[in-house]
Amino acid sequence: MKLGHKIIILITLLVVSVVLFMTYDTGSNLHYVWSRRGIRLATMLVVGVSIAFSSVIFQTITNNRILTPSIMGYESIFILFQTLIVFFYGDKAFKVISQQENFFYAVLLMLGFSVFMYLLIFGRQRKNIFYLLLMGMVMGTLFNTLSQFLHIVIDPNEFSIVQNFMFVSFAKMNVKLLSIATITLIGTLILAHRYVKFLDVIALGKDHAINLGIDYNKLIRLFMLTIALLVSVSTALVGPITFLGILVTNLTYELFKTNKHIQTVWLCSAVACICLIAGQFFVEHVLSFSTTVSIVINFVGGVYFMYLIWNTRKKIS
Amino acid sequence: MRLYICKRINLRTKNRSVIYYTIAVCCILLLAWISLFTGVKDIRITDLLGDEDKLMVFVISRIPRTLALILVGAGLSIAGFIMQQLSQNRFVSPTTSGALEASKMGILFALVFLPETSLAVRMLAALLFTFLSSLLFIWFVRQVKDKNTVFIPLVGIMFSSILASISTFFAYKNNIIQNTQEWLLGDFSSVMQGQYEVVYIILPTVLISYLYAERFTIAGMGKSFATNLGLSFHTVVNIGLVAVSLVVSASVVTVGAIPFVGLIVPNVVSMLIGDNLRRVLPVTAFLGAALLLVCDIVGRLLVFPYEIPIGMTIGVVGGIAFFLLILKKSK
Repeated sequence: MKLGHKIIILITLLVVSVVLFMTYDTGSNLHYVWSRRGIRLATMLVVGVSIAFSSVIFQTITNNRILTPSIMGYESIFILFQTLIVFFYGDKAFKVISQQENFFYAVLLMLGFSVFMYLLIFGRQRKNIFYLLLMGMVMGTLFNTLSQFLHIVIDPNEFSIVQNFMFVSFAKMNVKLLSIATITLIGTLILAHRYVKFLDVIALGKDHAINLGIDYNKLIRLFMLTIALLVSVSTALVGPITFLGILVTNLTYELFKTNKHIQTVWLCSAVACICLIAGQFFVEHVLSFSTTVSIVINFVGGVYFMYLIWNTRKKIS
Repeated sequence: MRLYICKRINLRTKNRSVIYYTIAVCCILLLAWISLFTGVKDIRITDLLGDEDKLMVFVISRIPRTLALILVGAGLSIAGFIMQQLSQNRFVSPTTSGALEASKMGILFALVFLPETSLAVRMLAALLFTFLSSLLFIWFVRQVKDKNTVFIPLVGIMFSSILASISTFFAYKNNIIQNTQEWLLGDFSSVMQGQYEVVYIILPTVLISYLYAERFTIAGMGKSFATNLGLSFHTVVNIGLVAVSLVVSASVVTVGAIPFVGLIVPNVVSMLIGDNLRRVLPVTAFLGAALLLVCDIVGRLLVFPYEIPIGMTIGVVGGIAFFLLILKKSK
């Protein structure tokens, strides 16, 4: 099948899933149902695009297919930052911090964290990918535990703010945060979009990229910042979905064998959105909310991930 | 001359380990003392003679708590030690092989399918699940021929997260997710006389592991190697895994999941005094107990008069230690 045909099929699928999600079993009160579902749909689209972009960029600059930002602990540290802000802010002023302010400060801290990640991954000597993976997982659990730790110490009134971030749910109605996240996403995409084409060169490896006249280090730093912003957007909206990134990127690589990253990122975004919408649809109408999307995605993604690292090991040894 | 030097060195390391033993025992006693007299109710040693009320609190709650801390700490670090010997991999432990998650899963299933079970049934279910998962894991380790150090714990962590997602699925379906999250997080505050006695299973297990220490190492070298030395390979591996499963499930049933102990303690001990098995084992047990005592005391004092569950304090301390360990090994 040609690439063009595949793209058309993908877009049709996306449109069908959107239409189905909006119109299936609406009941009589159309206005109410549509406004609720519309917000949920918008949330899923924003999350899908930001997870797809951040994962593809991260995998390209680290030159592998099994590391994603969420597996390296990005999502957990974002939640930790949000908790820390509530912890310190709530302690000093007797004013409860709003979610928008919290989002803003946490994003600033994330930019700092991306510098640390940059040093860890691109530090003096390149490390074995399995070591990086193990480090990322340990950091993830560590940050989670630290957040839980703070939750116990924190004042219950303030805790109710943080609680919102903790669990993945697309049923949440958070219009204010959604608008801010959408603005951040669009801003980041406009900024980063000019540089996405350089990913094609970066994918060739550091030496080739420099040979071909690219300011490698500057671009990598820029992309690390982009990733920090995008992860903040998705985590703030729905919480951590650890294995979605790895699932959709690898699905995209398998389905569309294209080397142009400008195509890959958008195709991957579409795949991610379809996965989320279909998953949510399935949970809402087939399982009638008896489980959550994140449990399903984490199970499927986890099994797939094991298969992936098994394969990688065979190739390396 | 050469013999003499050997003897000298031997003597020196022996002396050193004697010093370590004394320090370790003194530390444990001191920490146990602090642990016994820390708590919301202010109890002094003099109160125990006169005040009956305080004596009761002391006997029903404080003594069991301190004993459970020491036993679980020692048991889990020994369990980690056994797993590391059997797999010949420094990063393997109940936390990084799915054993902890499997025993949680066993308890969960016992709760879901046989709601009014006794502690013994839950313990048995946990034991069964832990043993099966460890068996599966050790089998897997043997399949991986090149023994890539990081690869094995990586798969172990993935394995345990898959187990966790299955457990969460069932817990969510049966509306007990909050319960499981709460009491499966390691916490010693509910340890009381009459409820914690299962923990004593750890004591014989630790003794068995002391007798079998060398055999575990030999079994870790591979099936043909062990058979060559006249060892029944499967028996030794099974004994080791049963010991590990007993310790892990007993501790999860009584106090909940305590991560990282079995991973960090054997590694620290090996950095301190090397790898002579007979010398290492007691120190491992002591250090594990000391670590739990310290973390528990800190957790009790930090938000006094409330408590931070030990699963968290250990999670933070152990997580940082594990991270540093990987960083060190990757160089």
